[in-house]
Amino acid sequence: MHPARDPAALPRFALTAVIVLLLWPGFRLTEFDLGVLFDPRNRDVMGKFLGTFFPPALSVDFLRLILKSTLETLAIATAGMTIAMAIAFPLSLLVTRSLSISRIGPGPGRWSGRAARVPARITLTFFRSIPEIVWALLFVRAVGLGPAAGVLAIGITYGGMLGKVYSEIFESGDTRPAVALLETGGGRLAAFCYGMWPVALPELVSYTVYRWECAVRASVIMGFVGAGGLGQQMELSMRMLSGGEVSTILLVFLLLVALADAVSAWLRKVTA
Amino acid sequence: MRRSHALVVILLLLAAWASFAYLALDFGQLFSVEAGSQMLKYVVSFFPPDISVDYLAQAWRGTLETIAISAIGTLLAAALGLVLALPASGRFGVVPRMIARLTLNFLRSIPELVWAALMVFAAGLGPFAGTLALALHTTGVIGRLFAETLENTPPEPAHALRFSGSRPALAFFYGTLPGVVPQFVAYSLYRWEINIRMAAILGFVGAGGLGQMLYMSLSLFQQPQAMTIILAMLGLVALVDAASAWLRQHLVD
Repeated sequence: MHPARDPAALPRFALTAVIVLLLWPGFRLTEFDLGVLFDPRNRDVMGKFLGTFFPPALSVDFLRLILKSTLETLAIATAGMTIAMAIAFPLSLLVTRSLSISRIGPGPGRWSGRAARVPARITLTFFRSIPEIVWALLFVRAVGLGPAAGVLAIGITYGGMLGKVYSEIFESGDTRPAVALLETGGGRLAAFCYGMWPVALPELVSYTVYRWECAVRASVIMGFVGAGGLGQQMELSMRMLSGGEVSTILLVFLLLVALADAVSAWLRKVTA
Repeated sequence: MRRSHALVVILLLLAAWASFAYLALDFGQLFSVEAGSQMLKYVVSFFPPDISVDYLAQAWRGTLETIAISAIGTLLAAALGLVLALPASGRFGVVPRMIARLTLNFLRSIPELVWAALMVFAAGLGPFAGTLALALHTTGVIGRLFAETLENTPPEPAHALRFSGSRPALAFFYGTLPGVVPQFVAYSLYRWEINIRMAAILGFVGAGGLGQMLYMSLSLFQQPQAMTIILAMLGLVALVDAASAWLRQHLVD
């Protein structure tokens, strides 16, 4: 056999070496050590824990508890979305440029319009740039453990996201009807209701439903910091090292996600 | 308005009402003057953020740790994802394909934070647990994307090499891989961006990085320090956003 001649071998090798060199400090920073996994102490704890995963806990009492937390998770997501929409709608109307009367021409409302729009925009950005789980952690400290923190966290983060996306949807549709209404002397709300709403509705619904689906997942995750629902139950079971309960909750979580998926697909089909 | 629309609206209103009723949230109490003033006091206690050199150095270290967790986690995931994507794309027959797909689905459907909580048991508190957690979840995501890319890539170059007598491995390395590598890199970078955000949060269950610092300082009622960490998180995310927008613009053009 003759030696393989690959003209690109050297540059490829060099590039790989550079990347490895760049990432090398990363391995140290992350305390990367696969040996830890096989350290007898950790292995014993994990082995015992994993060993209890099967069979899943299926006692009636526990299932009842899980049903309660599942409903709580769904309720947190739905209530949170309601608050998010209550935040997002007025603010998105405020920041939508096509609905601005002052933009039509120089008029007395020019500065007051800007004075309202800039804070609304900043509020939305602020709300959505802090992740929901950080909000949840903060609210748990402020209002105590339980679903209230989760509802507020979802309401605020998703309010920020929905507000931005709503106004983008309003802008991306055909804005001429709304602008025409404004220019012939219609009010903002009338222009929105008759000029913009009908165009934007399908997209609004589909995005909101998609976000609801995300909210279900997020409310499970937020439970880990004490914001109620299925996640809080999972955290408790993990702390008690009862694998059977954890595996039941994981199964329920997977079912719940699949269910939310199906519901949101159905809602989108019905309203499309 | 169509009949079905009216029905859906009524259903949704009912669902919203039922949710609030089920949770029995006492918003009257939550938004009372007393609770409001308490909340305000809590908010005010976050200011000013702690910007002593000492703490900033700690926050910097936490930021580096967060970036490292995400980078190493994504790198591991790309390697593992490739290993699983080969059977998942059906190269080794139907049964390995099914097993690989099942594994990927399983890895993907458990959220990062849950993996992190589990990995804290396996690897102890600290950034290594976070790295493993990100690697496991991301393997599921990236493996599927890689497998789809492998399935969709044109097979002719590899076939040509095979027909002219090269070994299967060489045909893969020189016939298939060059075509899919750009896509792989793009997917990995995209996941890395998501993982930086995630790595900042994973610490809440003890998996290192900025999240762990935030959790600790909030637990110890050190709000000024917590504010510093929140600002560091916001800065990190803003930086990543800007970098990815810049890269996208310059790589696409």
